[in-house]
Amino acid sequence: MNIALFLEMAAEAQGDRVAFKDALTGESISFGGLYKAARAKSQVLHESGASHCALIDTSNLTIPVAMFASGWAGIPYVPINYRLTAEEIDALIDRVKPAFVVTDAERRENWVGRDELVIHDRQSFRDVHAKSDDIAHWSMEPDDVAVVLFTSGTTGAPKAAIMRHRHLVSYTLMMEFGSADEDEAALVTVPPYHIAGIAAILTSVYQCRRVVQLATFEPDHWVKVAREEGITSTFVVPTMLARIVESLEGEKSANLPDLRAISYGGGKMPLNVIRRAMDLFPDTEFTNAYGLTETSSTITVLGPEEHQLARESVDPTIQKRLTSVGLPVPGIEIAVRDDGGQDLPTNVHGEIFVRGEQVSGEYEGIGSRVDEDGWFPTRDAGYVDDEGYLFLDGRADDVIVRGGENLSPGEIEDVLREHECVRDAAVVGMPSEEWGEAVAAAVEVSEEVSVDALQRWVREHMRSSRVPEEIQFWDELPYNETGKLLRRIVKAAFA
Amino acid sequence: MASLATGQRLKSAVCNTEIMVISAPEGDLELTCGGAPMGADAANDSGSVDPNFASGTTIGKRYVTEDGDLELLCVKPGDGSLAVNGTELKIKESKKLPKTD
Repeated sequence: MNIALFLEMAAEAQGDRVAFKDALTGESISFGGLYKAARAKSQVLHESGASHCALIDTSNLTIPVAMFASGWAGIPYVPINYRLTAEEIDALIDRVKPAFVVTDAERRENWVGRDELVIHDRQSFRDVHAKSDDIAHWSMEPDDVAVVLFTSGTTGAPKAAIMRHRHLVSYTLMMEFGSADEDEAALVTVPPYHIAGIAAILTSVYQCRRVVQLATFEPDHWVKVAREEGITSTFVVPTMLARIVESLEGEKSANLPDLRAISYGGGKMPLNVIRRAMDLFPDTEFTNAYGLTETSSTITVLGPEEHQLARESVDPTIQKRLTSVGLPVPGIEIAVRDDGGQDLPTNVHGEIFVRGEQVSGEYEGIGSRVDEDGWFPTRDAGYVDDEGYLFLDGRADDVIVRGGENLSPGEIEDVLREHECVRDAAVVGMPSEEWGEAVAAAVEVSEEVSVDALQRWVREHMRSSRVPEEIQFWDELPYNETGKLLRRIVKAAFA
Repeated sequence: MASLATGQRLKSAVCNTEIMVISAPEGDLELTCGGAPMGADAANDSGSVDPNFASGTTIGKRYVTEDGDLELLCVKPGDGSLAVNGTELKIKESKKLPKTD
């Protein structure tokens, strides 16, 4: 097994078709061209003697080349967040030396001459030739490491999550090979170092579907590119969809008739945003995809039919499905367990565990977190309803323990966001002498509203233990660039 | 007769077909394509496709035994058809998933 095999197949079946196009430069590469480039660069990587291929750049055509060339050469591909500080990037690079690095021209300039690094920018990586053209075939060993991703570290130092070829191959095989029509195009705006960015490359290549890369996200430009490129599907994180919806304020429709599918994930989608998006994109099917880096991306999906049903139904149980992340994908099992590791019945909140061939659950230097029966603790809290739909409460570490009662910040945030004056809400635990922990909320409002009125609103919709004892008004809640709420910053404000 | 390992790539001896093993049962079995045993480096000129096993393979299709224990992915198409112990493998129908990327 090797992810390079998927590229070989695409090149064989649709060699002339455009595989990737960079929307900013207008350059593109075919499946056949990408295969040839990956083959040639695999030998460059091999001759460099590097143990890893690190990539520190925005989306561009060298991304898929470096990824498949790494798989071919049998060394891990390590896309790194280019937004990190120089010190943070240095610390990560130290963990993957000796490394072959592809980065932007400025960084290359500064880094030339460093020990144990071979450094290229986009252009020099394109131009570099191997000494030998006697290129070895890739290994089919399923346990070889394909990708190392540094987790975003919203709670501590980044962990290096390991994905072996068998995990990524298993994930990709969920798709149907070559199933994309000639006119299909996926707009990829998630950054290369995000698991959704990796997954989009793999599944697009396997389906022989054109990818349009958009390196920087700005809502008006996103709509313009989607229209000009005839984009048929895309994946967005919640903050992106929220900004797209906001930029279409006052419009009846987004007027993107080609856009058949929008999938979203990577964070909690506010109900008002998804409802508004469904109005603005009436002909588009929406899918909520939940997954983690450690699970090679998507493990559950809430599909278009459920979105439609939830929207049209008057039954509160079915309406509520719009806040669910859906049902497990084929090959994935979900369990909800208590602190002692006991399985919990439906509708009871606990920690979510996942099992399946795409689940890696392994970190460099730490080892595997998968237990002997194959279950991986996600550290996400949630529950499964009677029909098997999974609902997320947030990170297990974020659960507020108030006087022995476990409270989910996510549920309280949902209620706050439903208030007409509230744009966004972040709920955290704050130290309390009486309760151990008490509920606190930071809210972003669109109109002035009193703390009292918001507390009353929560009390009307939930048990009184959920009512925030303190509420602060923030101009903007802190998110990282891929849409994860930085709860520790909110928590610090109440400490 | 040989045992098959997950991830292994095998070639037909009599046509262009190549497969990757997605999953395989333990123990030996005789995997053939076009009527001839498949191997890691099978030469393409050692014989011709047996007319009884000539319905061909399609790239990207998954081929399974009746009990589903053996599953192969066709990575290169050819004229021969895949069989185990003389019984032709069937194409596995896949479920259509909503787009998640």
